[in-house]
Amino acid sequence: MAVVSDGAGMLRTADGVPLKQALARATRVNKIKAFLLVAPLLVFILITFIVPILDMMTRSVSSPEVVDALPKTIAELVKWDGTDLPPEAAFAAMAAEMSDKKNKFYLGKAAARLNFQKSGFRSLFNKSQRKIKRVKQGPFKDAFAKIDKRWAQSATWNIIRNASGRYTDVHYLNAIDMNRDPAGEIAAQPKIKRIYVTLFERTIYVSFGVTILCLILAYPISYLLATLPLKTSNLLMILVLLPFWTSLLVRTTAWIVLLQANGVLNDLFVFFGIVNDENRIRMIYNMTGSLIAMTHILMPFMVLPLYSVMKTISPTYMRAARSLGANPFTAFVRVYMPQTVPGIGAGSILVFILAIGYYITPALVGGQSGQLISNLIEYHMKKSLNWGLAAALGGLLLIGILVLYWLYNRIVGIDKMKFG
Amino acid sequence: MGETPEPFVRFKDVQKTYDGEILVVKNLNLDIAPGEFLTMLGPSGSGKTTCLMMLAGFETPTNGQILLGGNELNTVPPHKRGIGMVFQNYALFPHMSVAENLAFPLEVRRMSQADAAAKVKRALDMVELGEFGARRPAQLSGGQQQRVALARALVFEPDLVLMDEPLGALDKNLREQMQYEIKHIHENLGMTVVYVTHDQSEALTMSDRIAVFNDGVIQQLARPADLYERPENAFVAQFIGENNKLIGKVDQVDGDTCVVDVDGYKIRALNVAHEGVGSSTTLSLRPERVSLAPSDGEVPNNFDAKVLELIYLGDHIRCRVSVCGDDEFIVKVPNASGHATINEGDDVRVGWTAEDCRALDVWQG
Repeated sequence: MAVVSDGAGMLRTADGVPLKQALARATRVNKIKAFLLVAPLLVFILITFIVPILDMMTRSVSSPEVVDALPKTIAELVKWDGTDLPPEAAFAAMAAEMSDKKNKFYLGKAAARLNFQKSGFRSLFNKSQRKIKRVKQGPFKDAFAKIDKRWAQSATWNIIRNASGRYTDVHYLNAIDMNRDPAGEIAAQPKIKRIYVTLFERTIYVSFGVTILCLILAYPISYLLATLPLKTSNLLMILVLLPFWTSLLVRTTAWIVLLQANGVLNDLFVFFGIVNDENRIRMIYNMTGSLIAMTHILMPFMVLPLYSVMKTISPTYMRAARSLGANPFTAFVRVYMPQTVPGIGAGSILVFILAIGYYITPALVGGQSGQLISNLIEYHMKKSLNWGLAAALGGLLLIGILVLYWLYNRIVGIDKMKFG
Repeated sequence: MGETPEPFVRFKDVQKTYDGEILVVKNLNLDIAPGEFLTMLGPSGSGKTTCLMMLAGFETPTNGQILLGGNELNTVPPHKRGIGMVFQNYALFPHMSVAENLAFPLEVRRMSQADAAAKVKRALDMVELGEFGARRPAQLSGGQQQRVALARALVFEPDLVLMDEPLGALDKNLREQMQYEIKHIHENLGMTVVYVTHDQSEALTMSDRIAVFNDGVIQQLARPADLYERPENAFVAQFIGENNKLIGKVDQVDGDTCVVDVDGYKIRALNVAHEGVGSSTTLSLRPERVSLAPSDGEVPNNFDAKVLELIYLGDHIRCRVSVCGDDEFIVKVPNASGHATINEGDDVRVGWTAEDCRALDVWQG
């Protein structure tokens, strides 16, 4: 088609249609087809991945329970200056809302929410709901004080007021062992309740250890895989992938059989007199167990990216380095290793991300000292039902991984990453 | 060069096998003089690259010795041989800049930074890439990468440089240009070069001597002109340049020449490598040595021919004729002013001298 340019410099086809418009029209059908092809996957990912993540992220900052259950009380509390006790109007509103039968469900949720803030709130709410119903006449301030003396303390009301917002940072504060004191200031949790920071530290420490162990063990294997003749390397590849095709649970259980006090390894140690029968080495249900089992299970995720990068490095580079006067060690360190950096990066980031969220293996072989943060998330999801906190803990992990990813992209470049 | 008494590189009874069953290199003996440009030429699988790799130290000879400057090399690891090498795909380190690539051999030799920088600059200037030191190899064109590889192999001033089909990846024009450049660098620096290629024109252009490899054996070792004009066996005749091949039996031998019976036609040829009266022989004859319509008595070989095909090539015309029972006989007619006009289907006379027609062994390639 002939192309003409008008005065403004816009290119047009011979029919006078702007060239860009003509191009868009020509490719529209293909674009629609392509979109329809990916649409099922897009919907699937949206429903099973993106939406749940967004939902959990919302939960980690939202706290509508208190304001939903006690809207009128909150309205009164907001006017209160926070010292001494709230006005009688607040007590009256509280009495009315607690007496309302239709409100029972919401009161339960609010009590649970406040209980995470300070234990004892659930029983306080239950007791007060039961008793305040019978009080028909004010002043409610005295009536509440009679039911429980905590209602006569400004701290109790402050906690309710502080939890009244629709959005809160309290879950995130809890996730890093902080809380708001009754006056609303951020403060560290009492020592006995600080567990999450320690667990985050342990998780990062274990993940880092697993990554390093995987790298050290996987590097020579990958090198062999990439350099051995095809027949031998295929066999080796099968050995690497074989565990990959076995159930995660089976592999983890196998480690229990091997490592436990009366397990295969300890029996061998005793048999060969390395340790005596009374001092069998404790290798499982602790951090060691988590480390060993996770390293084994995550190994292929390190081997495959390393292998795929090493496969592309021509042996000529090493020869060139040798011919230029470098001894084998120098040639390896200066010429071969730098070229495997994308593989090291891809493998390490993959193993680290998988390890940081690892859950089944530490749950089975970790014992008390080998538990990781994901085990706590599971606990809050299934047992304590504090989903807000679970979401906040997960959110922190997600942020950590995104930061890592960003760092990797800055340093190595994500386009250089290669998997399998 | 051949007259230098002390060879710089010497292959002595070298044999090489990879699997213990097939000899890739069969009893190689080869002396290379200092400053010589020697090319190992041959088809793939002929053992030429294996020889180069043994010299570089990446393969060990199964038997025999390789000597460099009088010292046995067999037990010297590659990095202590001090031999520069240019690889087929350049093998420039992709994670280093051009200047870092060039500085690498100097760094591993613990040369001071200032000296190394000066040498790198000189080497880059030599290949006319002075401005490109900071670039990565991937940012250079094929020809530029080739020059960097060359500069890197030369920057530490080795006495011996090996080149393993270094121009194989370049297009034709660039390849020819690089041939001259390498030749000139060799002339200026005077180092010894062992060059491996399967491209005969490359070998003819650049070399002092050419060793033609086939089947693990050096078929002929000679200067380019000798190789082309005086091939010693049928393989070399066939491999170097274009060649007319006539197979027949030796009828009689008179001094330097003989008479060969090809399909009933008696052809007078030069004795080179046949096995006496009654034996089979391959006659080798260059297409440009055949003349059209020779006058009677001018040449001993003078036959009737029929023009089968004409191909116009500008400077000459390739003319395929049927002569002495051979339909693949090529005559090159120079496109000189006033050359004879010929057409397909014409009957013509062709002739050649006995000296241009060499009676060689029989080679079934």
